[in-house]
Amino acid sequence: MNSAESNELVPPPLSKRSQLIRLGIMGGLLAAIVGLFAYAGGWLTPNKLTPAAIIDTFQKVSGPHPGFRRNHAKGVCVRGYFESNGRGAEWSKAIVFQPGRVSILGRFALAGGQPYQTDAPHTVRSMALLFQLPDGEEWRTGMNNIPVFSVPTAQAFNDLLLASAPDPGTGKPDPAKIKAFLAANPETAKAMQLIHENPVSSGFDNSTYNSLDAFRFINAAGKVTPVRWSMVPVQPFEPISTTDPGKADKNYLFDALIAAIHAHPVQWHLIITIGQPGDPTDDATIPWPSDRQQVEVGTLTIDQVESEDTSPVRDINFDPLILPNGIGGSDDPLLSARSAAYSQSFTRREGETKEPSAVSTSEAGK
Amino acid sequence: MSAQKPRMQFAIQGRILHWLMAAMLLAMLFIGVAMVASLGNYHTLVAIHRPLGIMILILAAIRLINRLCTKLPPFPPTMSPQERFMASSSEKLLYALMFILPLVGWGMLSAGHYPIVMFGSVTLPPILPAVPKLYAFLRGAHTVLAYLLFLTFLAHLSAILFHTLIVRDRILDRMALWPVRSGKNQATKLTSAPAPTGGSTDSVDG
Repeated sequence: MNSAESNELVPPPLSKRSQLIRLGIMGGLLAAIVGLFAYAGGWLTPNKLTPAAIIDTFQKVSGPHPGFRRNHAKGVCVRGYFESNGRGAEWSKAIVFQPGRVSILGRFALAGGQPYQTDAPHTVRSMALLFQLPDGEEWRTGMNNIPVFSVPTAQAFNDLLLASAPDPGTGKPDPAKIKAFLAANPETAKAMQLIHENPVSSGFDNSTYNSLDAFRFINAAGKVTPVRWSMVPVQPFEPISTTDPGKADKNYLFDALIAAIHAHPVQWHLIITIGQPGDPTDDATIPWPSDRQQVEVGTLTIDQVESEDTSPVRDINFDPLILPNGIGGSDDPLLSARSAAYSQSFTRREGETKEPSAVSTSEAGK
Repeated sequence: MSAQKPRMQFAIQGRILHWLMAAMLLAMLFIGVAMVASLGNYHTLVAIHRPLGIMILILAAIRLINRLCTKLPPFPPTMSPQERFMASSSEKLLYALMFILPLVGWGMLSAGHYPIVMFGSVTLPPILPAVPKLYAFLRGAHTVLAYLLFLTFLAHLSAILFHTLIVRDRILDRMALWPVRSGKNQATKLTSAPAPTGGSTDSVDG
């Protein structure tokens, strides 16, 4: 800009004004890129709910429990296999539905962020599974023993967690806050009604576990079918024991499961519910009509049980959108939100020093 | 300087790779920073992020081979030795990050016991054992290195904008996708440049 000679190829010097304008353009461009980047990263919208904010809510409500999952913190790990009968291939080209056997890693857990909570019959039970497909694909699914989910969105889930958090004074949730939440979220009130009406079984081994969220099956012809799935126990249903053994043993539900697996393999049938056009796929609080076609596509056998302290399953994220080719997520907004929040929980806990699990498989099952 | 006029532009395949990867890397940075803050779009963005990262890794390898095998145009004489040093260093850093970021991403998913899904039923094998602390370290490193890439990109862009808007030495012609005749390019014909030692145009660092 300064020592331009009378060389025809050297541009004439810029006036001060022109130079400032050009510097302004340059600064404006850079600021726009940085601004867009900051916007994309959420820094300009601090009140928007993020995966980190949901996990922060869990930590606030449950207290810090480093090393543990932020939800479904208390659990025990299992192994087994799934034997497909081939019937699922009509709806999904996933190789897990070809006739044959794939190995399974799994985990049974109680909902909530408390890894040392006392087992209670009405705490939501979960079964998480990882189907190891022979070509390196995986199908991960986390299912609960409730018929529908309590909220349709991540925002409602976060609000419900806060509304039902134990009051520091009483140690119990504030009924007024829950009442206010239910009034503002009638779909949760309806879902809670269905959840309360659903008979709860005596243990992990005779519970039915439901996908809750809808998914899509894609078959070899490219036909897409909305589905939900359930693991229905072969073990016969027994109602909750009226003597409340929870008072005697903090881990009575887990210990009973461990004892059952030590005694003999426990089994579930994988039942696919075929959705019809118009069945809601974007709202996990709404059940599908009870006359929908249900197809048994195979049998899950769990024959090994291991404490989180030694099992590799402790360090598996049961992200519901880790799916094989032939299964896809639906438009249910909970799916991507679960995927995002689980990832955040996983990243935090994997960097933390692990504490021993409340559930030890060696002491149980005597 | 050789008797033959030096080439004024990067080789065409280098220019194509430059702009293609610039778009991909910028898209990756924005997808990456957006997905970790997003609940609703998280899955869709991750599903793009993973195969795009592997595509960048493949292109980075092709680009490095091309970079080592082709003759480069000289720096314009308007660049001071310090600027040339900065340009060469940031180029090396950008090349390193184009390899390291996808490899750290791949390694991090391996260490986190994740399947490395590309598309359809195509998955990549793990490149590291599943180790929790290793996952946590690589996950953190992936973020830090991505910010470093963004800052390096901003520095590179600032330098180009400064040369284009203020120095006006037509430095962008070197990377233009269309051919620019060397006669039109002022830079190498300059005998005296604003830079302190602006004479030697025929040496390119790095």
